[in-house]
Amino acid sequence: MCDSMPSSKQPQNRLAGNYTREPESVKKYDAIVIGAGHNGLTNAAYLAKAGLDVLMVEKNSYIGGATASRELHKNWIYSNASYVSSLLRPEVFRTLELSRYGLQIVPYAGGNVTMSEDGNYIGSYVNPDVSRREMARISPRDANAKVRFDRDLMRQCRFIRQFMLSTAPDPTSFKPRDLMGMLQMGKALLDLGEDVIYDMIRLYTMSISEYLDEYFEHPLIKAAKAGSGIIGSAMGVMSPGTAYVLLHHAMGDVDGTMGAWGFARGGTGAIARAMKDSFEDNGGTLLTGSGVEQILVKNGKVAGVALENGDEYQADIVVSNMTLPRTFLECMDQKDLDPEFIRRVRNFKIRGSSGKVNMALDGLPEFTAFEGNTELITGDMHVIDSVERLEIAYDDWKNGTWSKDPYLDILIPSLTDPTMAPPGKHFMSVFVQYVPPKVNGKDWTDDQRDQFGQTVMNQIEKHAPGFKDLVLHAEIRTPRELENEIGLTQGNIFQGELTMDQLLFNRPIPGYAQYRGPAKGLYMCGSSNHPGGGIMAAPGANAAREILKDIRKPNTVPEGWADD
Amino acid sequence: MSQINQDDKVKPIDFSTKAHYLTKAFRSPFYSRQEPLNHLKEWGRWADYLSPHAYTCSGIEYFAARNACTVFDLTPMTKYHISGKDALPFLNRLVTRDVSKIKPGRVGYCCWCDDAGQVIDDGTIFHLSENTYRLCSQERHMDWLMTNTLGFDVLLSEETHNVAALALQGPTSCATLKRMGLDGIENMKLFDIRHFNFEDTQLMVSRTGFTGYLGYELWIDPEHAEVLWDRLFEAGNLHGIKPMGDEALQMLRVEAGFIQAAHDFMPANATIRTGHTRSPFELGLGWLVDFKKPVFNGRRALLEEKKRGHRYNLVKLDIDGNKPGCDSYVFTKNKKRVGTVTSATWSPSAKASVALASLEAPHGKPGEELLVEIYYQKELKWSRVMAKARVVKEVFFDPPRKRQTPPADF
Ligand SMILES: Cc1cc2nc3c(=O)[nH]c(=O)nc-3n(C[C@H](O)[C@H](O)[C@H](O)COP(=O)(O)OP(=O)(O)OC[C@H]3O[C@@H](n4cnc5c(N)ncnc54)[C@H](O)[C@@H]3O)c2cc1C
Repeated sequence: MCDSMPSSKQPQNRLAGNYTREPESVKKYDAIVIGAGHNGLTNAAYLAKAGLDVLMVEKNSYIGGATASRELHKNWIYSNASYVSSLLRPEVFRTLELSRYGLQIVPYAGGNVTMSEDGNYIGSYVNPDVSRREMARISPRDANAKVRFDRDLMRQCRFIRQFMLSTAPDPTSFKPRDLMGMLQMGKALLDLGEDVIYDMIRLYTMSISEYLDEYFEHPLIKAAKAGSGIIGSAMGVMSPGTAYVLLHHAMGDVDGTMGAWGFARGGTGAIARAMKDSFEDNGGTLLTGSGVEQILVKNGKVAGVALENGDEYQADIVVSNMTLPRTFLECMDQKDLDPEFIRRVRNFKIRGSSGKVNMALDGLPEFTAFEGNTELITGDMHVIDSVERLEIAYDDWKNGTWSKDPYLDILIPSLTDPTMAPPGKHFMSVFVQYVPPKVNGKDWTDDQRDQFGQTVMNQIEKHAPGFKDLVLHAEIRTPRELENEIGLTQGNIFQGELTMDQLLFNRPIPGYAQYRGPAKGLYMCGSSNHPGGGIMAAPGANAAREILKDIRKPNTVPEGWADD
Repeated sequence: MSQINQDDKVKPIDFSTKAHYLTKAFRSPFYSRQEPLNHLKEWGRWADYLSPHAYTCSGIEYFAARNACTVFDLTPMTKYHISGKDALPFLNRLVTRDVSKIKPGRVGYCCWCDDAGQVIDDGTIFHLSENTYRLCSQERHMDWLMTNTLGFDVLLSEETHNVAALALQGPTSCATLKRMGLDGIENMKLFDIRHFNFEDTQLMVSRTGFTGYLGYELWIDPEHAEVLWDRLFEAGNLHGIKPMGDEALQMLRVEAGFIQAAHDFMPANATIRTGHTRSPFELGLGWLVDFKKPVFNGRRALLEEKKRGHRYNLVKLDIDGNKPGCDSYVFTKNKKRVGTVTSATWSPSAKASVALASLEAPHGKPGEELLVEIYYQKELKWSRVMAKARVVKEVFFDPPRKRQTPPADF
């Protein structure tokens, strides 16, 4: 494993013009990237930027994967899957010149709000004093405990962030770079001081519910904080390991404001579009509309890809943006892989637990609890008021159905972004937790999908009477749609769960955390890999760096994290 | 029924309703009187309140405080009311000093630490009456205070918004209060508390302040804030009274050698980076640590620190030249970087550039010669000086009048 590429055999100098064509006159590329998700695009753009002749193949007619925006209702732009951005590394933004290709990330002017059944809510605002008073309105003690909570979370963020835009060192390897990497990690750890180290182990192993108990007393405040511990994970607020998911959502920033979230102007698909333009400007070729059926391997080395439409393309480097199981269990001949490897891939935890309801609204809904508050409605809105209710929502998932009382992350991006809907009309994005990959062990039916959509709309209607009348069109996505349309195995939004056993040098599986697959020339660049899911572009960038290293090309990919 | 203090009637701020968010910054109960005097029409923020940086000119206000007297609105300061049978043992566990030495009717300066002996905040304890205290501080601490009430029979509430407060500071402050009719005010000693009948309510006066000079702090219910202000200015009119904003206060407190949270140290409960907090010893507050008390927060860590030695010294620097050393690095004479200035000002009274600085131990012994790297700009051109500086023991402004009882009239 982790072989490096024999660089002398690479056709490197396409720009110099000494490219040799294969006899059967099938064009041979320097690299083929499978999947135009934002990580595939990032990866391909860096490879193209380094001078490689890169072909990118995407099965859908549109690009972006989980970072796509499509006009499903006339004059409405949806953020069909992901909808807010915080983790996208500014170093990638800058070096791929995404601003030049029109990308703007606009922080949203609202904070967040969690409504309770009795008509109250806990909000948070852009102004920190107002947020403090809002918390003190419900619990003066919690308002102050938040200082300590933020401190402890930020300490952990500052540690983990250092490893995002770099390859995770392999603790079992004796290569100098891995040893150095482990040493660095150890040093960063020691720098934290003992309290923070104790806390780290706890944070990585505790449930979000237990973790919050260490800080807060008010049920509504705990419920408001607990949500980010379960987003995208098939675990409950009381399951060990959910505290880390909270961290994963807190470590991003918008223009240095830690933990802040923003909208990509034009929908999250604007991120993918800018990346694609950057890729094509650097000479890359994009093919959409037909997926890869098989990754071709000859004598233990990749040779190219065969598409569903019968076309074949050749390259000595093939990079997969697909999930780990999809890459190896669906697109490769099992005979080409070690049984041990296959077993691990099969056991990769990638359970789907989320759904999405996107709606075109004829007007702005009115949430009763807000009493006309026009600030809270611009942020993310939630309607579950206790940790217990969140846990019950998870029970439904375990029982094989979608939550009857689901956790919703509701946003109205059109309040911030004027490009998404006609004036006075709105786009509403609702992320839903929990939605199982199968209903009672059977495949989803269209009817069930629509019932699920109704559950979500009814939940909102309870807090915003008249809401349902505003719905002009809805796109309802269960894990079935997420898998079939985006290729997310079982519909897991992070291309694999973010639990300690699947993080850092164990992501996706031990021995394969440095983006290299089991065949020579095969690489992986999707969120299945370190550092995981979210619109971060780090796996794609890290994989590009590794590839360039293997073929002895100068590195053009940023590395590390600028912080004091 | 929202009671937001935006109408003309003065009521304590109440944010128990959702609508509080409509008011981003609240008006102090003195606002109606401050507003016309605020010639600059600029308002800063102090936690929940609007607070003027300066009313006319910070330099003039500074001299009014050193030469006559000034009024500074203290209302936004965090205040906690602590009462109950265990109020004293509770406070004794909370803070590092021995609170039993603060008798009823007296005020004591204090600081409190986390378990690691790192300072969370400093503040003042007002012993209002038997078993009843007020704790004043810069930051908010409900979480930590509540955590500390475990096992104690105490009642704890925040009263920041229920008490309006003014600081009257300067050499004519006593004369002003006398003229206002506070009989016997001249007999109050430094750190004394007295209650006076005033306009059908009770006015509490303490001989305390943040300017290092003769001065008093006046505490009253918000409904009587305006009348207090009016009576004070009426009486002070003949004694040169002026309103003062926080820019002048910063100059005064640095001259007086007073430290401030988030300026000279980071509150430990809010500090993310390791090594960025300080112990009382490292802030020159060792005199507030009483190891004779068997239990108090941070005791074990502080004892250990006593043995091991501390990492930093907070010192006063007298810097050559006339440039204030704001945000400067401090070097030894051999150009080794040993610390940073935390607060600095030109001292118009001492005619010196003065600063508080945090230095790596063992640096910071009185008399030590250091260099302060100061960047300054004249007509858009930046210059840099390595100004010589000395560690000094005494505060930069310390007239004997500060402690005199009865104080002189001017
Ligand atoms: C509903 C939902 C909401 C989310 N919300 C957020 C959010 O608000 N903020 C955030 O930061 N993150 C969010 N995420 C997570 C984030 O969007 C993903 O982790 C991230 O976009 C994954 O990017 P990727 O490039 O690694 O993979 P993907 O986006 O999964 O890209 C894989 C690509 O490969 C293509 N593909 C698959 N199979 C083949 C094949 N055989 N041949 C050719 N192409 C193929 C797919 O069509 C797709 O384009 C959300 C995810 C989902 C699903």
